[in-house]
Amino acid sequence: MQGRKNFWHYLIIIFIAVAVIIYIAPIYWILATSLKGFADIATKLPKFVFKISLENYQKLMPSEGVPGVTYLFLAEVSIGLILFGVFSLFKVKLPRYLDLVWNSIFVLTCLYSFLSLPPMQSRLQTDARFNFLLLIVCTIIAYLLIVPLKKTGGIVSQTEKKRRLTFVLPSVFGTIAICVALANGGSKYFYQLLNSIIIGGGSTILAVGLGTLAAYAFSRFDVAGKDDLLFFILSTRMLPPVVVVIPIYLMYSQLGLRDTHFGLILLYTTFNVSFAVWLMKGFIDEIPKEYEDAALVDGYSRFQTFVKVILPQSVTGIAATAVFCLITAWNEFAFALVLTEVGGKAVTAPPSITSATGSAGMDWGKIAASTFVFLLPVAVFTFLMRGHLLRGVTFGAVKK
Amino acid sequence: MQTNHPYKTSRGMSDYQLKMAFIMPTMILLILMNIFPLLWSLYLSFHRYKASMPAAPRFIGVRNYARLLQDPEIWGYFQTTAYFVFLAVAAQFFIGFGLALLLNREFRYKGFITTLLLLPMMLSPVVVGLFWRFILFSDNSGLLNFFLSPVLKSPIGWTTNPKVAMLAVVIVDTWMWSPFMMLIALAGLSAVPKYLYEAADVDRASAWFKFRWITLPLVSPLLLIALLFRTMDAFKMFDIVYVLTREGGPGTATETVSMNLYKLAFRNYNTGKACAMAYILLIIIVALSNIYVKYLNRVKGEA
Repeated sequence: MQGRKNFWHYLIIIFIAVAVIIYIAPIYWILATSLKGFADIATKLPKFVFKISLENYQKLMPSEGVPGVTYLFLAEVSIGLILFGVFSLFKVKLPRYLDLVWNSIFVLTCLYSFLSLPPMQSRLQTDARFNFLLLIVCTIIAYLLIVPLKKTGGIVSQTEKKRRLTFVLPSVFGTIAICVALANGGSKYFYQLLNSIIIGGGSTILAVGLGTLAAYAFSRFDVAGKDDLLFFILSTRMLPPVVVVIPIYLMYSQLGLRDTHFGLILLYTTFNVSFAVWLMKGFIDEIPKEYEDAALVDGYSRFQTFVKVILPQSVTGIAATAVFCLITAWNEFAFALVLTEVGGKAVTAPPSITSATGSAGMDWGKIAASTFVFLLPVAVFTFLMRGHLLRGVTFGAVKK
Repeated sequence: MQTNHPYKTSRGMSDYQLKMAFIMPTMILLILMNIFPLLWSLYLSFHRYKASMPAAPRFIGVRNYARLLQDPEIWGYFQTTAYFVFLAVAAQFFIGFGLALLLNREFRYKGFITTLLLLPMMLSPVVVGLFWRFILFSDNSGLLNFFLSPVLKSPIGWTTNPKVAMLAVVIVDTWMWSPFMMLIALAGLSAVPKYLYEAADVDRASAWFKFRWITLPLVSPLLLIALLFRTMDAFKMFDIVYVLTREGGPGTATETVSMNLYKLAFRNYNTGKACAMAYILLIIIVALSNIYVKYLNRVKGEA
């Protein structure tokens, strides 16, 4: 009996292994093709053994050569990740103020890049250098959000975990800085990637912000016609993008919002806010009301309770919602296709990648490389978010 | 449900002000960016209007709708869409549920393997869909034809043969979305209490009996959610068709309603007619989503 059970167990494991191989094969094939030379792609039969070449990735780089600061940022990103790994794996105590110093170095590098780089050389009129200043602001805000300043002045020693978190900030923003540097150097691909980051990031911040406020109100107060309002909010998300985009296209043409970052941010915020409301409502519903009651008895106002009790309690929920909004905006295609022009100022990566048809057929190697770079962040976030996937894809209806 | 709070605080906004301040921004955004444009397109749907021409919209009553509803081609696109929805959702359902049944046990690296399987559904349909064209290449250098070559006499023209093009779209959509079915089915399966199976074991119930009378009834509410969700999503199919079969080709073999609407609005710039078409689609979607949300609320109430 035991033997038979074992047999079934192994058979099922083999089935699962086959399924994983089938599901991952297309993604592997993208990676493999991106690493093949031209001769290895244009063969009669698919080639499984090939010489690794980076020529496809080089095609994504600026034709005038990679700017020097890119390497500087690359070094900062990798050193930050290595140090973070060392500090968290071996539980070494972070030296005092090292996180502050590390963030300052990053800010100074950004400032240096802004001042030293020549203005954008490509045909696009927009100057990408100002994104370095944006990055500096983002870094400072993110740092202060994680390690807030106290009124008594100076930064009080925070928990080790929070300081380690601030240590990764330059690595995250450094990756974006690499995109900025390459986009400024004239790489079309990284310019589009940068557009995706700006539009995705901007709309995510707005959607999650608005969504959290509305979700709190829906969760804690009596709202007239609550169920109908919630249904209305959800139904805006259910509409097919192609239906919504026709009037939006006309509206944006009139207002001059076509092919602008602001226009797309506004649209993606609308698209994501309904999702954020539903998901955040689920998370806030789970926070016991007693916490707030206690704070109210202590003399906090409603708003203070929201800021000091609800927000810290729902950090995980906010992070999960933000990642889902980010992925949705990152992957969005129909709106971007209609409202931007390929080669335009605010075009995001998906319409550009899919429009890549050369005169001599399609350069599949280049497409594979650009696809792989585009998919990588989503894959990383999927693994980070795996505990919340179920909730995210069902609008918070199914919890686990 | 929750009544106004008994504790009166003198500081800050009143509960009512706070509630309004929190909800209003979202509502204003949705009204400005969803309701207003939709009303505008309702207005345009009763007019003859081309966005590419300077001529002002001219009122023609319900003629746009009448012409659409009489057009046999439009029903052809609806048929194509329905055919796609049926094939894709059925394939995703059986494959996804099957995978969930396989994965519903303890083994090493379970979390990691499950996440690997879930990866396709998080990726951009359009970007991956484009690359699938390379995998489905009609000659032997396409990965799929290469593996099928021992079985087939000649390679299949996945995206060029009108008879199999729909199958190609279904394959890509199933690859992307059967993990979604799997994820939800897995949640349902892992929530089935173990003691039910133990009790059935004591009674020497057969494996089929346990599946039919314990597993299926307890998982079916969640499976129905997943089915509804996928049906609605598949009905809107646009991205994969746009890149994989080049805007619904070959001919109109894979031209879904969304794809046709896109062409009507942004290739022919027949804006008035496209708005009318959009409204027909909208009514169907709203009806579907109404059923969906009602069901969602019911399941939520039970859980």
